[in-house]
Amino acid sequence: MDGLERGNAAIVGVAESDLGQVADGLSVIDLMAQGTKRALDDCGLSLKDVDGLFSATAQSRLSVLALAEYLGINPAFLGSTIVGGSSFEYHVAHAMAAIALGLCSVAVIAYGSTQRSIGRKQASVREINPYETPFKPFMPASAYALAASRHMHEFGTTREQLAAVAVAAREWALLNPAAWEKKPLTIDGVLSSRMVSYPFTVRDCCLVTDGGGAIVVTSAERARSLKKPPAYVLGFGQSVTHASISNMPDLTVTGALAAGKAAYQMAKLGPADVDAVELYDAFTINTILFLEDLGFCKKGEGGAFVEGRIGPSGRLAVNTNGGGLSYCHPGMYGLLLLIEAVRQLRGECGARQVKDCEVALAHGNGGVLSSQGTVILGTEATL
Amino acid sequence: MPADVQSPLRVYLDHLERGELAYQFSLAAGRPVFFPRVLCPFTGSDRLEWRVSAGIGTVHATTVVHPVEDPPYNVALIDCDEGFRMMSRVEEVAPDMVRIGLRVRFRVHRPGGDEPPYPVFVPVEAA
Repeated sequence: MDGLERGNAAIVGVAESDLGQVADGLSVIDLMAQGTKRALDDCGLSLKDVDGLFSATAQSRLSVLALAEYLGINPAFLGSTIVGGSSFEYHVAHAMAAIALGLCSVAVIAYGSTQRSIGRKQASVREINPYETPFKPFMPASAYALAASRHMHEFGTTREQLAAVAVAAREWALLNPAAWEKKPLTIDGVLSSRMVSYPFTVRDCCLVTDGGGAIVVTSAERARSLKKPPAYVLGFGQSVTHASISNMPDLTVTGALAAGKAAYQMAKLGPADVDAVELYDAFTINTILFLEDLGFCKKGEGGAFVEGRIGPSGRLAVNTNGGGLSYCHPGMYGLLLLIEAVRQLRGECGARQVKDCEVALAHGNGGVLSSQGTVILGTEATL
Repeated sequence: MPADVQSPLRVYLDHLERGELAYQFSLAAGRPVFFPRVLCPFTGSDRLEWRVSAGIGTVHATTVVHPVEDPPYNVALIDCDEGFRMMSRVEEVAPDMVRIGLRVRFRVHRPGGDEPPYPVFVPVEAA
């Protein structure tokens, strides 16, 4: 993004809130507060240092106000951009801009969801679109299924290739103690599961869990004095191409193309430089589309690319926490991508750690392939 | 500024009540606009002319929704020959037999009760 300076801010603290199925009665603001406390502890800062506050959730209309009240702070800078699951990638850029302008110095970005506990229908407002709702698409799955149908038609992508994405995610999840799914998954297991919206079975679809967390962003200068190695923000890019799937300009090309291009340009890096790739895998087609649009393979070759290549024994480390498909998906998963990217750069990931991880990419997706946000993070060595 | 007399949605639904599939044409952009709205998304112009589609199109993308209890049904994106795309469903063919590229013809579906009519499509051969 023009105006942001490569590497002049860093993510210094990260933490998940409780995940999966949280204690009965916990609110989304409780989860944001849990994440905030843990993320501040992670970097050795405290609430009195926080003068920038960002949040997004589907379950609270004025969540950043609720969170400020809850934390007992009156931050100098507030942000509550909500563009779906990619909101938090956008928040990183906004926090970076605010810090560069001196509007705040330590920003917390928080998220919470209890969609599993209270039910998906209660967790998000049902919006009526008079040009789509009458046809009863099962949203958001049917929107992504329509995109998948085009990818299959144009490039010969198969259901087995889609399933390979879910299998790779599961292999990673089995290496992540925090992951929701604990049992192995096979291609046949994906294909023979309950059909949801063709070509997707329930195993092509992300989990429905509770969860949340927070990250702490500050200037590069301040970051160096804190507890853990900073994850510098090297690049950011965004693109919003549509809101409803009927209006997506091209069902096989997402805004990740433009978002990624801008992020790479700012980072002065390319796909070959990325060691860990964290992509918003709401559905199996997402991983294929984003690998193509972010330049890890050519357009149309994503289906063949994911076969045997993106799991823990593959050549490219993709969705190392197990992804929205097998680790955790509270509805707006983008914050958890950033948390995993930072942990990979720090070398904190145990059995799933990517060797010599210096550059990590977190790519958020919101709506129905609508809003794309790419954040490229790097260690001190990449500055 | 004079207030709009009718919403774009109201005009669209009135056409459907008469058995017509209406869309807008942007005079500034020289291209069709769908869904109906007050501004052309290509130019920002508010000069949008209503036109009636011939109702013939091609399936651009398709899925079959499988409700847990009810029978499966089709949801599709249709490219109408005038050059606009819309969500709909294809009827009179098994939902899993709706193929991309299938030529389809519009007809009005009237759900009854308080629900407004909406456009569905059938294969051209069956129409």
